[in-house]
Amino acid sequence: MGDRPRKVLLIGYGNPGRLDDGLGPALAAEVEQLDLPGVTVDSDYQLTVEDAAAIAQHDAVIFADAAVSGPEPFYFERIEPKPALSFSSHSVEPTAVLALAEELFGSSSPGYCLGIRGYEFNEYDERLSERARVNLAAAVKFIISVFRTGNFDKVAAEHQSWHRRPAGEPGARAACTASSGDA
Amino acid sequence: MVVAKNGLKRVVIEPVTRVEGHGKVTILLDEKNKVQQARLHIVEFRGFERFVQGRPFWEVPVLVQRLCGICPVSHHLAAAKAMDRIVGGENLTPTAEKMRRLMHYGQTLQSHALHFFHLCSPDLLFGFDADVAIRNVIGVIAKFPDLAVQGVMLRKYGQELIKATAGKKIHGTGAIPGGINKNLSIEERDGFLKDLDQMVEWGRGALKVAKDYTVEHLELAKEFAAFPSSHLSLIREDGAMDLYDGGIRAITADGEKIFDHVAPEKYNDYIAEEVRSWSYMKFPFIKSLGPEEGWYRVGPLARVNTCDFIDTPEAEAARKEFMAVTDNKPNNLSLAYHWARMIELLHSIEKIKDLLHDPDLQGTDLVVKGERRGEAVGLLEAPRGTLFHHYKVDENDQVTMANLIVSTTNNNEPMNRAVDSIARKYIDGKEITEGLLNHVEVGIRAYDPCLSCATHALGQMPLVVELVDCEGNVIDRRSK
Repeated sequence: MGDRPRKVLLIGYGNPGRLDDGLGPALAAEVEQLDLPGVTVDSDYQLTVEDAAAIAQHDAVIFADAAVSGPEPFYFERIEPKPALSFSSHSVEPTAVLALAEELFGSSSPGYCLGIRGYEFNEYDERLSERARVNLAAAVKFIISVFRTGNFDKVAAEHQSWHRRPAGEPGARAACTASSGDA
Repeated sequence: MVVAKNGLKRVVIEPVTRVEGHGKVTILLDEKNKVQQARLHIVEFRGFERFVQGRPFWEVPVLVQRLCGICPVSHHLAAAKAMDRIVGGENLTPTAEKMRRLMHYGQTLQSHALHFFHLCSPDLLFGFDADVAIRNVIGVIAKFPDLAVQGVMLRKYGQELIKATAGKKIHGTGAIPGGINKNLSIEERDGFLKDLDQMVEWGRGALKVAKDYTVEHLELAKEFAAFPSSHLSLIREDGAMDLYDGGIRAITADGEKIFDHVAPEKYNDYIAEEVRSWSYMKFPFIKSLGPEEGWYRVGPLARVNTCDFIDTPEAEAARKEFMAVTDNKPNNLSLAYHWARMIELLHSIEKIKDLLHDPDLQGTDLVVKGERRGEAVGLLEAPRGTLFHHYKVDENDQVTMANLIVSTTNNNEPMNRAVDSIARKYIDGKEITEGLLNHVEVGIRAYDPCLSCATHALGQMPLVVELVDCEGNVIDRRSK
């Protein structure tokens, strides 16, 4: 995708009640406040099948999630549709939602994953760890620049190169591959 | 599959798929593959009740939404109903009650839609032992794309209603002790009215699919996890189905009333919970009947059985058809849950329609308060069944005790009976195949369990089936 997509959907997901798992919604909240033109912001505990309908109404979608491992402060990469055999409300993966958007609504909108590195997940508390907050700030700054420059694929390729991680490398994507906690 | 020295074997299904939650089924077989025992286990536990202790009571309706990403609205509303009584505000203003009802019917609609269209439809449309390569949601999309789209759009409509009434998707704040914090604007109302007729049409279509399936497979349904049980649900004062409020009614398998119109705060006098060593999920029972005889079903099947009528015309007509199948006696067929669930889906849409045309939703009198109490109970008919929230609050406004009986926990014994019945009928003496094991999962799915909620756990919840010998050695394990 070379030109800036006209309508972009940003979905920040995770459970703010599980510490750093709230990084996705926290990013969504910060970006929403900026009221960026052409950017629709949504947040939820986890992805759901109806997100497919929303994706089909946009030119691109960015999934923002907490990453339990992987590069700091975040990674950004293109993801491809991958149908899932089964859904539950607890675990719909971004690749599966993209596939649903394609199959049910004829969408060809590209998807991107922004995985923000978190560190603390196993307590019931509504706060981000100190290090996660630093990563969040970097991710917000980054995503604003992505929206401004507009060439999502180029940015994703550069970012991947920067982290020297081959696409799809096992363990490279800790976010955007599984529900990272639910309510 | 593992075979022990004594010849007994254990099959494990883990995780059980296309259910909301994480659990496992173990099937104990002897040397001739005769089923000795089959059980559904819940394999994850984190106590949530302790977590809310010490928190200010007004935070609880928001906090409890962390229990479950599937039905946060049900926990939100059940907790809010309890906190209404804490602040003496249980007699809500018309606007507050109708906004909450709109939220709740939106929740029921989206939950039932996801379950029917995306979790269980592969079994019904392709057959329980159809090739697993097509017996999945991708197969449904390929062969029945309209149905798959309708499922997504019905769910989306329900989710948007929740967002409009609860304020936001995460940690909704709509219901507060003694009322609601917003009304529905004319613009919001008109947005929902625009798509309403389409939802009604799709709801009718879904009901027809579920009804036709059950009627056409009635002989199968009569043999598949069909067993008599008591049924329990909330009931309106005049005997109508009421998903939001009412007294508790329990009936026997023949329809005799065990108790009726019991006030929610008296639930402890009528219901107790038994702990068994092999599962984290408790086993509730009706005290007067004892743990052996007192177990009961909840959820759509129980609600259609217990009510005297449904107060919306199309759902009531469907209820009459449903009851006619069993000569107006309670229906005790596990597979009939699907038909009952779709009656409730259409009922929810009809109620949403009535509410959207009610000007009380635009009212501005949102909160009431009265005499403060130190203890309260809130009950609700969540999509999966009766949900109990019980709290004690001290003079510093802090929660000192919380007890929750979630919908799926109420169905623990019937789900176990379903698993045992299916294992004995379909697996006994046969070579184990994926299709046969799926029969067990189909039985569990009929109840639409949310296994994470059932143990008050936070996390993903797939399900597993294990085959084990009598010494506890795992001999086979299915995990999808």
